[in-house]
Amino acid sequence: MSDNANNTTTHAALSKKFNADEPRVDWHDETLWFVRSKRDKAANALPEWEELRETASQIKNNVLSNMSGYLQQFEEKARQNGMVIHWAPDAKAHNEIVLSILKRHGVDRMVKSKSMLTEECHLNQYLQQNGVEVIDTDLGERIVQMRQEPPSHIVLPAIHLKKQDVSDTFHEHLHTEKGNNDPQFLTNAARLHLREKFLTRKAALTGVNFAIAETGEFVVCTNEGNADMGAHLADVHIACMGFEKIIPQRKHLGVFLRLLARSATGQPVTTYSSHFKKPRQGQEVHIVIVDNGRSTQLGRKDFRNSLKCIRCAACFNTCPVYRRSGGHSYHTAIAGPIGSILAPNLDIKQYADLPFASTLCGSCSNVCPVKIDIHDQLYKWRQVIGKQGYAGKAKAISMQGMAFTLAHPSMYKVAGKAGRWFLRNTPFLLNNKLNPWYHQREMPASPKESFADWYKKNRQPNNE
Amino acid sequence: MRVGLFIPCYVDQFYPQVAIATLQLLEKLGCQVLYPLNQTCCGQPMANSGFEHLTHGCNALFVKNFSGFDYIVSPSGSCVLHIKDHLHDKDEPAAKNIRDSIYELSEFLVDVLKVEQLDASFPHKVGVHQSCHGQRGLKISQMSELVAAPFSKPGKLLGMVSGLELIELDRRDECCGFGGTFCVAEEAVSAKMGKDRVKDHVQHGAEFITGADMSCLMHLEGILKRQNSKVRVKHIAEILNGE
Ligand code: SF4
Repeated sequence: MSDNANNTTTHAALSKKFNADEPRVDWHDETLWFVRSKRDKAANALPEWEELRETASQIKNNVLSNMSGYLQQFEEKARQNGMVIHWAPDAKAHNEIVLSILKRHGVDRMVKSKSMLTEECHLNQYLQQNGVEVIDTDLGERIVQMRQEPPSHIVLPAIHLKKQDVSDTFHEHLHTEKGNNDPQFLTNAARLHLREKFLTRKAALTGVNFAIAETGEFVVCTNEGNADMGAHLADVHIACMGFEKIIPQRKHLGVFLRLLARSATGQPVTTYSSHFKKPRQGQEVHIVIVDNGRSTQLGRKDFRNSLKCIRCAACFNTCPVYRRSGGHSYHTAIAGPIGSILAPNLDIKQYADLPFASTLCGSCSNVCPVKIDIHDQLYKWRQVIGKQGYAGKAKAISMQGMAFTLAHPSMYKVAGKAGRWFLRNTPFLLNNKLNPWYHQREMPASPKESFADWYKKNRQPNNE
Repeated sequence: MRVGLFIPCYVDQFYPQVAIATLQLLEKLGCQVLYPLNQTCCGQPMANSGFEHLTHGCNALFVKNFSGFDYIVSPSGSCVLHIKDHLHDKDEPAAKNIRDSIYELSEFLVDVLKVEQLDASFPHKVGVHQSCHGQRGLKISQMSELVAAPFSKPGKLLGMVSGLELIELDRRDECCGFGGTFCVAEEAVSAKMGKDRVKDHVQHGAEFITGADMSCLMHLEGILKRQNSKVRVKHIAEILNGE
C-alpha cells in the first residue's frame, strides 16, 4: 500500500480527489446521513429490532453451514417449477451463459434491472462487445449507464450526482430541455424513454434478493417496479444470483423483508417484493447461480460470514469514510465497508488498500441487519495483507523497526527526550516525507518533560 | 487495591498532564497506583497496520510490566480495547489475566470503584466526543445504531462535576477520523471527518471538547488550533481530577 502511495487508483488518492470539492462532500455526507437517520427511525419503531437482527443472522449462519444442501434443494424445486438452472463458477462463465441464452432466442437488445452481480461480472461490457445492447431500467442505474460510470452505491447507484448533473446527462442523451432541474420533469423524461425500451425488448435480466430452497421460487425487491415490468413483458427472463442468496424456507422471508427496506432506506418494506415461481405460458425463466469466489470466501473461517450480506447498504450510509469519499473511490463494484471485505477475496493485491479505508469505528457492524462483524474482518484482512507482503516494503521495514524499539524499553528511552522518538516514529508520522498530518492540523506541543520523567521526580524521588 | 497505570506512549510524551491527572485521581479515590517504568506501547500501531504478527516482543514486555496488579487502568479506550482483544503471549494465563483486569479509566471509576460523587468543578459548556473504540469496543456508552436503552459512563461521571454543562450534538457518536495510521494514510478523509466533528461541537456552543481517548482529542485539537479556535480539548481525567 505505502509503496503505492503515488498510485492514483488507491482509495486514499481517489478520495483525496473527491475531497477537492468540499461543499460537494458536505452534500454527499448529509444526503447519506439523512438515509441513515431514516433507518434509525424505522429501526426504533420496532422494539424487537435487535432480536430480528439476531434471528436473521442465525438463519444465514445456518445457510452458510448447509450451503450445498440448500442449493441442491433449490435447484430441484425450481426445475420442478419449470425454470431452467445454470451454474456459473466464475464471472466469465456467467457472462457466457447469459449471452448463449440471448443468442438462442436471437435477442440483441435486453432490459436489465436490480443486479449488482452483473456489475461484479462486468456483464454490460461483455454483452456490448458481443453485439447486445443492454438498457439498465432502474432510474439511478440508467443515469450512471448513460454517463458510462459504475454505480457508486448498491441501493442508490447515482447518489453521487446532483440534480444538475442528471439534468445535464439527460440533456445530452435524451435531449431534454437544457438546465431544467425539476426532478419530476426529469423522472418523466426517463419514464417515457424507458417505456419504449420495455415494450420492444424480448429479454429481461433481473437480480435476486432471496431464493427459497423449500419452494424453488425467488424474490426480487424493488421500489420502482422495473424488474416486474421487464420480466412480465419479456419472453425470456434471466435471473442472476450469487449462491449466498439462498434462504431455507418461505417463512424466513418475513424476517428478511422486514429488515431489508428498513435498513436500506427506512421504509417498512420495499414497494415491490415480487415472487417468481413459474414461467408464464410461453415464457422461459433462467436462473444463473454464480460462485465467482464465493466458495473460496466460504472456506475462509475469518471471512465466510461476509456472505450473509443482503445488500441493504446500511453499512455504506453509516460509514463516515464512505460518506466523505464516495463510492467510486473504492474502485470495485461493491463499495463501502462490505465491499472492502469482499474485494480482497477476489484479488488481494488489487484491493490491498480497501481494508485500510476505514477507521475501524465499528458503526457498520452495528447497523448490519445480519450482524456481519464487518470492522473485525477489516482488521483481519489487514493482518492477511501485512503477513503476505501486500502492505508495501517500506511499511514492512518501518514496522520491523517499530516492533524492535517497542519491545526494548532501553531503545525506546535512548530515543531521547519527550517527543523526539515520536516525531520520527509515530504511526501518524510514519512513511512520509511531507507529513500529511500537518496539512490540515497542527502538531501537539512538545512538553518540557514526559510523564515518565515527572513520575520519577514526584513519586520515586529516591530512584532518581 | 494495587493498580498498574498504563500510559500510552503518545500521552507519556505529548500529554503528561493527562497521565498526572489520571494518577492523582486514582490516588484520591484510594488506589495504590504504580507506573511500571519499562512500559512502551500496547502494539496497536503495528497491529492496525496489518503487522500484528510482529507484536510478540511488545506483548511479552507488556505482560512482564503489568503482571501482578489487581487492576490495570489507562486513560485511553483504544489502547485498552487493543489489549483486551489482542494481547497474547507464551505465558497465556498471564496474558489472559491482564486482558481480564485492564480497564479504561471511566469504566474503572464507574464499574469497579463505583464512584457516586466527585470533588470537582468545571463551570463550562462541554461537548463529549465518544471515541469509537471506547464506545463501540468497550461499550462505555450506548451506541446510536442499536435499539437499546441509553447509558454513558463518561456522561455519568461528568454529571458529578459541579457547574459543568453538557451540550447536545447533531451526531452524538460519529467517528472523528483519527484512526491511527488512517490519519495520515487517508489524510483527506481523516481531516474532513475531524473538521466535521469540530463543527458540530462549535455550533452547539462547546467551550471544551472532552473524551476518554487522547488520540482523538489530539486530532481534534490539531484542527481547532489550525482554525485558531478558542475551543479547547481536555481529557476527561483532567476534568474529573478537579482542575
Ligand atoms: S454488510 Fe450488512 S449492512 Fe452492509 S450491505 Fe450487507 S447486509 Fe447491509
